[in-house]
Amino acid sequence: MLVINIIAFVAIFSALMVVFHRSPMVSVVFLIVNLVCIALFFLFLHAQFLFAIQLIVYAGAIMVLFVFVVMLLNLRKEEELLPGWRVQRALAFVGGPLLVGALWTALWRRGRSSEAFPGSFGSGFGTAEDIGQLLFNDYLFQFEAASVLLVVAMIGAVVLARRKES
Amino acid sequence: MEPSILSLVIEALLKVAFVIGLVMGGVTYMTWVERRVAGIIQDRLGPNRVGFAGLLQPIADGLKFLFKEDILPPHVYKPFYILAPTLIFVPSLLGSTVIPFGDSIHLFGRDIPLQVADLNVGILFIFAMSAMGVYGIALAGWSSNNKFSLMGGLRSSAQLISYELAMGLSVVGVLMVAGSLRLNEVVESQSGFHWNAFTQPIGLLCFVVAAFAETNRAPFDLPECESELVAGYHTEYSSMKFAMFMMAEYANMITAAALMVTLYFGGWQVPGLSKAALSPLAVSLIQVGAFLFKTAFFLFLFVWVRWTLPRFRFDQLMDLGWKALFPLALLQIFATALFILWGWL
Amino acid sequence: MITSFLPLVAAVLFAIGAIGVLIRRNAIVILMCIELMLNAVNLTFASYAYELRSMAGHVFIFFVMTVAAAEAAVGLGIVIAVFRKRQSADVDDVNLMRW
Repeated sequence: MLVINIIAFVAIFSALMVVFHRSPMVSVVFLIVNLVCIALFFLFLHAQFLFAIQLIVYAGAIMVLFVFVVMLLNLRKEEELLPGWRVQRALAFVGGPLLVGALWTALWRRGRSSEAFPGSFGSGFGTAEDIGQLLFNDYLFQFEAASVLLVVAMIGAVVLARRKES
Repeated sequence: MEPSILSLVIEALLKVAFVIGLVMGGVTYMTWVERRVAGIIQDRLGPNRVGFAGLLQPIADGLKFLFKEDILPPHVYKPFYILAPTLIFVPSLLGSTVIPFGDSIHLFGRDIPLQVADLNVGILFIFAMSAMGVYGIALAGWSSNNKFSLMGGLRSSAQLISYELAMGLSVVGVLMVAGSLRLNEVVESQSGFHWNAFTQPIGLLCFVVAAFAETNRAPFDLPECESELVAGYHTEYSSMKFAMFMMAEYANMITAAALMVTLYFGGWQVPGLSKAALSPLAVSLIQVGAFLFKTAFFLFLFVWVRWTLPRFRFDQLMDLGWKALFPLALLQIFATALFILWGWL
Repeated sequence: MITSFLPLVAAVLFAIGAIGVLIRRNAIVILMCIELMLNAVNLTFASYAYELRSMAGHVFIFFVMTVAAAEAAVGLGIVIAVFRKRQSADVDDVNLMRW
């Protein structure tokens, strides 16, 4: 339990650094730290396959995209953090804690689920075989649709980032 | 009999010490092997003065690196500059923890698996660690505040993520045959002479080439070579931090060679061994020795290829990764699936 | 214990991401805060999947990650295209259609 508290502290601290640090590259690195913390949470929640996938896909591929863009656009210019828009800024700082409060209330007030918990934590929960069974049997259409989505996104990204030859 | 916590902790510590000792010792003596083999290939002697046949040369090199002045240039971004060598080195050490170096031995009344961590998603953990290793290079290039380092870091990161794809896909064939992501089961599915190297040669080729590229090694070392981008992403590094980049490269090589052995060459299996009437402990030791011997052969292969082939230009490198290895790996998956369907595998 | 603590952490991360989207002007940092929010949602799904012993939560996380990857790729492509025209990654500068 102590370990989970430490990881939660690191996750929240790095999330605050992502939002409040001026340099984009440092924000990227703190987001990577945050993603690794979330992957460790997955490990605690018996989601081993998702732990590995989070590290490979999210922290290992998506964030590399961000690192590339920050390096290529050479975004060293550190913006002034809270320039104008005082109303929006104030609303954001008031709305944030209100949002947390609303979410916490929703979490505490939810009813306990009354049905008996179906499966047990046998060796099957959270492994690749279990997810594979679900993905290829019950959720097959969604799986194929996701692959079409990825192809479309690849084409879109290449088209958007291409230099015009004119 | 339930093992006590203390014995579990001691067992884990001993295994970790063994693996880290092996990897670090390997890293140190790979420098010696590299220079001697380079000498043999180039028809000259390598270092042979320091100690018998030059065996103390790595120690002399280590001392040299320790005593060199550790320059911290004023124009670098210090937090990432100091963090980057660690970010490269730690994932490569972590990747070697899931590789089984022997069958489980029976000591003190229970079975001890010869693997530091028997993860359910073993192979994916290694890919996750190599994905994390990309950041060390990217951050080293960016934090050095230097156009050559930036380009070197960008090129190297692009190379690493492109070849990660080919490496992952070529392993899918092995996973289909083994039916599990656990590396122990991958090794056990290759009992007898059913080594995956014989049944999936295209996958082996893709994996070996991709492993060369992933470790920034051999003909794929453009991002760090001396004649192109000054020295690429480690231009601004000196002394011990530079040494850590070199050590991380060798540690990556050792993990990649061990992985090649585990996935394609039967791991610790020795065909025909169990027929001999030896005590189980001797069998286990022979299997560990076989694993180490096969890994050593692949490390020699890494060195051999480096000193034989000229290096690729960066666009040739990316073409090879995306236009040649990626379709080949897909072809391998397709062929393996057909063979499993027809019952041949 | 863990299942009551982690959704709260996820709620805090979600709110931090939402604040980030509202107050930052750099397009890339806004995209990163969106990723933060998506990860908070993933963490909630994982906690409830653990509590209710249902793998459907994990499948949902899988699809959220897929969509997040696609969205990050296309979003960064847009940022690069806008940067080429306007030499700035500031969302306040993308104001041609403003009244």
